[in-house]
Amino acid sequence: MRRASRYPLGDVTVFSLIIINKAGGLIYQREYQAGLRSLSTNDYLVLAGTFHGVHAITRSITPKLPLAQTSPATTTPGGGGSAPPAGYSYPNPGIAASGLEHLETEKFRLTCFQTLTGTKFLLFTDPMTGNVDTIMNKIYELYADYVMKNPFYQLEMPVRCEAFDRHLGAWLRGRT
Amino acid sequence: MSSSKASRIGEETRIDKVNAELVTLTYGTIVAQLCQDYDSDYQEVNKQLDKMGYNIGMRLIEDFLAKSGVGRCANFRETADMIAKVGFKIFLNVAPTVTNWTSDNNQFSLIFDENPLADFVELPDDGRAQDELWFSNILCGVLRGALEMVQMQIEAHFVSDILRGDDTTEMRVSLVRYIEDEMPPEEE
Repeated sequence: MRRASRYPLGDVTVFSLIIINKAGGLIYQREYQAGLRSLSTNDYLVLAGTFHGVHAITRSITPKLPLAQTSPATTTPGGGGSAPPAGYSYPNPGIAASGLEHLETEKFRLTCFQTLTGTKFLLFTDPMTGNVDTIMNKIYELYADYVMKNPFYQLEMPVRCEAFDRHLGAWLRGRT
Repeated sequence: MSSSKASRIGEETRIDKVNAELVTLTYGTIVAQLCQDYDSDYQEVNKQLDKMGYNIGMRLIEDFLAKSGVGRCANFRETADMIAKVGFKIFLNVAPTVTNWTSDNNQFSLIFDENPLADFVELPDDGRAQDELWFSNILCGVLRGALEMVQMQIEAHFVSDILRGDDTTEMRVSLVRYIEDEMPPEEE
């Protein structure tokens, strides 16, 4: 079942993609909708830097629970007279705290995927778009192939790889 | 994550393959050329191979993460299993044995039963290569580069090689430290 397109030029799901390196620098930015209003290069750089900072903040403000203590009396943290906890840990210690992952408005959804190496992929999509994870994985694979494996691509520098543009563009257009 | 799960990921991750002999011959040519360029200064050749591997590892890690879809390892033991059973499996189609852990779980050995880089290879009999050249030293660099990108500083070196007449090919890997989330270097 396909819903009627909300857009004059067809069924748009992915608006644009931004890639931010691990230092917060903008290294890639593309629109996938013809005629989409774009910001100035400087605005994109500021956006990338700001998002990088906000992402780091969201990670650092992740609530931490007090560590379980040896004495059974402290099962209710903050209860009267209980000793201060020995330390704090994340609710699920096996999984590292992530930063901001989704940001949603009435008009669009921003999905952030941070790789284990620290690179961030920001995808602007329609809020109704499903399977953003699949799209994200595919983008990451294409990035690994056409950017990282290009011997002349310098790590952490802006991505100017024509093959990456081509394959990504073709794949995103092909899936709608 | 259990090591059997790591094995399964290693088996199931599909990645484009090329002819193994092409890899062997290409790598052999590189090492031979380095030996020639550095006038059989094997220490220097080892160093260059490690450096080349380092640059490969820093890039290859993204491919590894994208294709295998694995998450962060909880500890260094899990990392070792990932390297042996997923990393080596998908890129070289070998699965070295992880063994000889130190009691603090910070050092282990990888024993290679087979090494596709070294097929057909006989070290030069100039009396020094047998003692000085680590033919597959590029692998140490690859591990170092790849793990550095996922916040682990390690040290890796070969301690024995069948090519030198040893009984096994063994690489020793030690965790130096986890690189904490530090302020990224200034980028201008």
